[in-house]
Amino acid sequence: MITIKDVEHVALLARLELSDEEKQMYAKQLNAILEYAQMLNELNTDDIPPTAHVLPLKNVWREDEVGEHLPPEEVLANAPETEGQFFKVPRIV
Amino acid sequence: MTEYETIIGLEVHVELKTKSKIFCPSTTEFGGDPNTHVCPVCLGLPGVLPVLNKKVLEYAIRAALALNCEIAEYSKFDRKNYYYPDLPKNYQISQYDLPLARNGFLNIEVNGQTKRIGITRIHMEEDAGKLIHQGTIATSPYSLVDYNRTGVPLIEIVSEPDMRSPEEARAYLEKLKAIIQYTGVSDCKMEEGSLRCDANVSVRPRGSREFGTKTEIKNMNSFKALQRALAYEVERQIAVLQEGGRIVQETRTWDENKGVTLPMRSKEEAHDYRYFPEPDLVPLVIDRRWVEEIRATLPELPDERRNRYIKRYDLPAYDATVLTATKEMADYFEECVALYPNAKAVSNWMMGDLSRLLNAHNMDITQCKVSPRQLTDMLKLMDKGTISGKIAKTVFEEMFATGKDPEQIVQEKGLVQITDEGAIAAVVEEVLAGNAKVVEDYLKGKDRAFGFLVGQVMKATRGKANPELVNRLLKEKLHSS
Repeated sequence: MITIKDVEHVALLARLELSDEEKQMYAKQLNAILEYAQMLNELNTDDIPPTAHVLPLKNVWREDEVGEHLPPEEVLANAPETEGQFFKVPRIV
Repeated sequence: MTEYETIIGLEVHVELKTKSKIFCPSTTEFGGDPNTHVCPVCLGLPGVLPVLNKKVLEYAIRAALALNCEIAEYSKFDRKNYYYPDLPKNYQISQYDLPLARNGFLNIEVNGQTKRIGITRIHMEEDAGKLIHQGTIATSPYSLVDYNRTGVPLIEIVSEPDMRSPEEARAYLEKLKAIIQYTGVSDCKMEEGSLRCDANVSVRPRGSREFGTKTEIKNMNSFKALQRALAYEVERQIAVLQEGGRIVQETRTWDENKGVTLPMRSKEEAHDYRYFPEPDLVPLVIDRRWVEEIRATLPELPDERRNRYIKRYDLPAYDATVLTATKEMADYFEECVALYPNAKAVSNWMMGDLSRLLNAHNMDITQCKVSPRQLTDMLKLMDKGTISGKIAKTVFEEMFATGKDPEQIVQEKGLVQITDEGAIAAVVEEVLAGNAKVVEDYLKGKDRAFGFLVGQVMKATRGKANPELVNRLLKEKLHSS
């Protein structure tokens, strides 16, 4: 059961500021999602090994070669704020 | 009063010197204008897919084998979620529960004894970008971000809590650096940040089997800083406990100028990284034959090389340890002894004048202008009697400054040793004539007067007179008068 406290914790980790109404709303929504996912617990997984990946792929890699870089104006095109060629962001301590 | 035991474990990050980044083809080159070594992948733009650089895996396996680790058969990447802007994705791709390697060790020398320090695990991850602040992060109104370093490949090497003093921690880090450098997978330059070290420190009453509460120390940018920071932190913790207080589990930063560790993050913001498997990177199933191929290409490592120096060149253990501390130093030594067989003489010059000058100029041996051939040519000039040991020091300093051949310096500066008996005899006569009082003192039994007379002859010949000849001729003249 997701409580208001859980929502506040997750919001802090994501650096989101939520109003009291929003906290109520997200607690309700998150509970609904978890309830839906609860269906998985009805399956018998006794003989199924835990897995991190579902694709039948392994060892996909590239050779160590340097490619093209993005031009600075494109790098910074979506930045809300810049200074010189830097991204400018609120400090996070 | 309770006696305390110190417990230290180190987490070391090493940048691998591949050409391109770990998950994209951007260059790993150090420096560059801000945000020029970036592409959509390392900028974390929507819709991109990371692909592992095979060289990173090879280098990580190479380092892990050199550190006596077991290489995992199955390994995967995970997302470590956090909210610092030094990574644009809000997570770092790292490895959590299935790291590449485990159960390694390295040996350090403590008071002439060999001690084994365990290595818990080694995993691969991406480096973060650089945050730039006006003043310190605490006073700056905002952060400027440069993502050039974002995605540079790292391995994190986590030790067991096996170290019992700041000196042991330093010895461990020095040995780790030497081994990694020997394998050629990293430059391990602490000053450029390609080798970084965090420490976990706790103390406990001697005899206790439980660990005390630990703190994590960051921002130690040199071997000396590591040792100083740990010594400070151990003392701080003991003082807190002796006053009846308790240690707070926290991250502290080393302030080099003030010489203290300070709290960095409060407990309320304790880490909650919510690791989960990185869905964009498929798992690694590591081929045993490949691992053995990599093992077969490992070079001779510092311990083996040190032991060989003791056996083959008959060097003292101390010399052998210092000479093999970096691969470059050891290579230089071997080039020298290939040209000149007196290994102890080579060792003396390398550990003496050469190291002294390198330290004074804050250089390492790769930047040294004196080639092994030039150093050994100088030793040969000494053997031939062309220059004395004293003059050699002058010649060497000139070689170090200019990179010129020793013969040329001797010629240009007129430093050839005077071995002509007649010439020295003439100077001796002059000195004796000009110091009648001293001669009298000597003849009355004042031995110190002799040293003064030798000094005068050397001064008159600008240090070039052959010292044995000066001694003999002075004695002859004094006793015949």
